[in-house]
Amino acid sequence: MAITVNDVEYVAKLAKLTIADEEMDGYIKKLSAILDYMQQLQEIDTNGVPLTTHVLPLENIFRKDEVKPCLPREKVLANAPDTEDGYFKVPKIF
Amino acid sequence: MSIYDMTINQLQQQLNDKNISSYELTKKYLARIEEIDPVIHAYITVTPEAALEAAKASDERRARGELIGDLDGIPMALKDIFCTDGILTTCASKILANFVPPYNATCWQRLADVGAVLLGKCNLDEFAMGSSTENSAYFATRNPFDIERTPGGSSGGSAAAVAADLAAYTLGTDTGGSVRQPAHYCGVVGIKPTYGLISRFGIIPYASSLDQAGVFAKNVYDCATVLEAVSGHDEKDSTSTPYPIGDYRGACQRDVKGMKIGMPKEFFEEGIDPRTIEIVKKAAEKFAAAGAEVIEVSLPHTKYALPAYYVLACAEASSNLARYDGVRYGVRVDKPTLEEIFCATRSAGFGEEVKRRILLGTYALSSGYYDAYYNKTLQVRTLIKEDYDKVFASGIDCLLTPVTPGPAFKLGEMLDDPLTMYMTDVCTVPINIAGLASMVVPFADIEGLPVGVQLIGAPFSEEKLFTAASAVEVPRRLPPDILKQAVEKGVER
Repeated sequence: MAITVNDVEYVAKLAKLTIADEEMDGYIKKLSAILDYMQQLQEIDTNGVPLTTHVLPLENIFRKDEVKPCLPREKVLANAPDTEDGYFKVPKIF
Repeated sequence: MSIYDMTINQLQQQLNDKNISSYELTKKYLARIEEIDPVIHAYITVTPEAALEAAKASDERRARGELIGDLDGIPMALKDIFCTDGILTTCASKILANFVPPYNATCWQRLADVGAVLLGKCNLDEFAMGSSTENSAYFATRNPFDIERTPGGSSGGSAAAVAADLAAYTLGTDTGGSVRQPAHYCGVVGIKPTYGLISRFGIIPYASSLDQAGVFAKNVYDCATVLEAVSGHDEKDSTSTPYPIGDYRGACQRDVKGMKIGMPKEFFEEGIDPRTIEIVKKAAEKFAAAGAEVIEVSLPHTKYALPAYYVLACAEASSNLARYDGVRYGVRVDKPTLEEIFCATRSAGFGEEVKRRILLGTYALSSGYYDAYYNKTLQVRTLIKEDYDKVFASGIDCLLTPVTPGPAFKLGEMLDDPLTMYMTDVCTVPINIAGLASMVVPFADIEGLPVGVQLIGAPFSEEKLFTAASAVEVPRRLPPDILKQAVEKGVER
């Protein structure tokens, strides 16, 4: 199955990635090969087969609803590229 | 006997007999890292001060008779995917080049609580995506048995560190084989326990429904000792098991006699090196000689596990890696608008393989393809899991298979061909898809390169795996002199 420049650009946009023009051919070639390989899943009859989203038969693991100590604000913000007044800072959106 | 070749129990004996202190032992390991690691590149970060401080504290506890357990004072290392409070954690990515976590991963916290001495953080493929460590944004790790070859991946640094005696044991993670394949290539013991046995809290996620931490050790018993220390429920990870932790060390002493070992015929078909098949058959003979019953079984959906793995892993990765946006942590590329910051930060911060998997996953989850790729694969996942359920329900205690088609490949050999590289995971990915327990034990070699065998058990059957692994285990083989290899092969330190 051939993936096109448009497909890659569309998916890259969704994923917030920019693919440089000179990289595009390489991505198309390798992505197409992998998608072709994935195609063999289509040959299996899965009619009526339930979906497995999780391998363990675990349901509703509860814990007590108690307030516990959390990280201090300075520690949470310590890795942020930019902060102001105890908040993460980004350029103006509106 | 060299101090580096000692098991955890033997080291504890040395420490108790005052032949060496934890401080001196740690210094020895640090000196060896300084000497050997410029060739092997197992470590991204070495933490000598913190290590010596921890060792000193352990010596003081020992002197006071307040030793915490068998891991107290033993030098070890972590894959650089485990969050370590106050210690750089890069996940081998440029996007986390400056990330210093504010908390510890639960499994590291559990080891720290019993006195483990952390030597540093080991190299991996960026975000654990790869099979050779060549996708690390920093450098590739070399295989101690042949420094021109890969140690495997993604936990290649952790495996090479144990093989080259740069740590007594290490932790890694395994999403599709990332503990077992490097353990096999580097001639060490590696376990990927059942999904849910070890808390994933504080482990930088790749594919959350498949990710599981694992242990690299010099022998099966050490592996059991470490697994007991890191396992068990954690309220910070609701998928971690509420079941009790097993007696893995006790299981190492049990008799394999009467156990039923299954050999799934689909793991011995085309694409597997005939020499690998011979080695696994020899292991089967060893089991039979010890009184186990070896039975051929069938797992008909095996060939679909690899394509299914790449759909699932990439889909989950595309969602998990959305968090790297240059806002809360990591390296930001500054631009006038937020949208441009996202794109520029992610495009500059992720390597090619990571971008490829994000694109694949985004594609598989995008409108119009979701049912054909993602939902279809979740159905295939059910079929794969049912194959294993049936085999284990029929009374099979564990399965015996190859780990990879052949021994370690040369660095650079598959770099431009991701699909061929993915194929090396063909025997390991089904286990993550089905949520099983699996272990690799070194068994033989092909032209001097280590070859292990893979044991696979039903969920939470780790005790059986340790019994089987102990029965098939051979004495540890050491790699050839690494500095001599560096001179002979013209590898610069």
